[in-house]
Amino acid sequence: MGVGITTKELRKVYTSPPPMAAGVAGFSMMGMRGSAPKGKKKSYEIIALDGISLAIRPGEIFGLLGPNGAGKSTTIGILTTRVRPTSGEARIGEYDVWRQQVQAKWLIGVVQQRPNLDFSLTAREILLFHGAYYGLASAERARRAAALLERFHLATRADEMVRGFSGGMMQRLSIARAMVHEPEVLFLDEPSTGLDPQTKLLLWEIIREYNARGKTILLTTHNMDEADELCHRIAIVDQGHVIAEGTPAELKVSIPGGYLVRLHVGHGSPELTGRLERLPGVTEVRADGNAVDLYADRGGPLIGAIVNAVAESGTELCDVHISEPSLENLFLHHTGRSLRQ
Amino acid sequence: MNVKTFLAMLARDAHVARRNMWALLTQTMLQPLLFTFVFGRVMTGSGMMPASYKGMLAPGIMGMSMVMTGIQAVSMPLIAEFQFTREIEDRLLAPMRIEWLAVEKILAGMVQALVSGAVVLGAAWLVLGAGVGLDFHRPLLFAAVMILVALFSASGGLMLGCSVGQTQIGLMFSLVLAPMIFFGCVYYPWSALGGFPIIQKMVLLNPLVYASEGLRGTLAPQYPHISIGAVAGALAAFDALLIVGGLKKFYGKAVS
Repeated sequence: MGVGITTKELRKVYTSPPPMAAGVAGFSMMGMRGSAPKGKKKSYEIIALDGISLAIRPGEIFGLLGPNGAGKSTTIGILTTRVRPTSGEARIGEYDVWRQQVQAKWLIGVVQQRPNLDFSLTAREILLFHGAYYGLASAERARRAAALLERFHLATRADEMVRGFSGGMMQRLSIARAMVHEPEVLFLDEPSTGLDPQTKLLLWEIIREYNARGKTILLTTHNMDEADELCHRIAIVDQGHVIAEGTPAELKVSIPGGYLVRLHVGHGSPELTGRLERLPGVTEVRADGNAVDLYADRGGPLIGAIVNAVAESGTELCDVHISEPSLENLFLHHTGRSLRQ
Repeated sequence: MNVKTFLAMLARDAHVARRNMWALLTQTMLQPLLFTFVFGRVMTGSGMMPASYKGMLAPGIMGMSMVMTGIQAVSMPLIAEFQFTREIEDRLLAPMRIEWLAVEKILAGMVQALVSGAVVLGAAWLVLGAGVGLDFHRPLLFAAVMILVALFSASGGLMLGCSVGQTQIGLMFSLVLAPMIFFGCVYYPWSALGGFPIIQKMVLLNPLVYASEGLRGTLAPQYPHISIGAVAGALAAFDALLIVGGLKKFYGKAVS
């Protein structure tokens, strides 16, 4: 048996700057209003989530993908009892996260975006006390702590204060800590940020192992490869909305054409756009000044035709970039912005 | 409430306090002992102050130490843990209503305040030497006042810790704690302010006044002091106010 996660029409509007408490590092700046009529207190409003509905199945690795400020951390904040939803409903298994906080907290483990380790303790003590907060017996705590320290390659420095740890070590320890009580649902907010490639692979392996035991995992990332590699299903979020949802394969197929050819030309013109649109295999062309994005069902074989079309429009081709079907392209297609912007 | 979780958090605080024991003791003891030595020994020994001042001073110093210890023990970690390091998040996520974490902080702060009071009292006694003139004939009353003072200091620490930002710690000391000490009837009885009637009324808003006067009333009743009943009532009122306010502030900080 596993535990799923559901949210219905989740909305969050911040009326004051969100305190760091909620782990809300990034939030959307959309919908921000300036000053209210004179004499009144200055009003402040940030719509971080605008109706997020998700159904994450038990035993699934689910990814929330989006740029900074999309609402990923706020979603996790609500699902982990740290942010009060303005409206809508969030459930962990059968428990309403806001109304049955303690029951929900028993089921979850959380890794925040930034390490928040207890600096007064050693690495091992952090895991031991965490286990104690969940009522684990002393021998069991010690066993699990030792196993996790080993698994995360932290055993040699287990009895040092964490103050002196590197960022990567702190991140690993944060993840180990979230696993001590073996939660049914594990939240990982940008888990691989700041990890070197080797550690990232170790982390992916550990996440898969944990998932293989029937545990549900919700992770956020703005890294395409990570979402593609790790997640069974993905929701792409932007400005507080889910803009696409499905398996990585489904999502990639859903982009018109699949391939994205990005051109830089000397002078963009409607004529050029028209010519490009008529090329075989091209499904969509978006021109913005001298930058032209072409969605097509092929990449390289199109180049000759593109070069000709550009020349016939009386301008020159400055740069061509072909990318294969990817989630990055999908995001670009839906929002007109790159994920990294 | 989940008792196991609550106890585990107390154990964590005790563990950290044990680890930092020497730093904590120095922080708690040094200033009060210096005061005790200068005013209780040097000034009285040289005849610049009457010997009876010793017994007047000891309860005041003890009250001040308790209050400062409790406030700092709760507020300083909270300020840091809520802001830069966010260490508190792991405990906020533990399977327990988050208000209980604040209660745990108060309890841990009270214990530290009580220990500090006991240690300072013992040390002051040693420093002051003969003729302190304290009496322990009303141990229950003394214990009750101690607990009210400890509760005030820890809940005050919760309130301050959740109201003050990391950048305002210096301000907290110079704007809140320093005036509180000097107008807290630590070094003089409340009745000594009789010549400054306005100040005498105003300092009644300072809870430290009741801590000093209460301890004076139970340990050295031969000196003038505010009646124990009034002290207990005022401290209980401050305690209730600070607990309710502190819990509210804490909740507001923990959940956005």
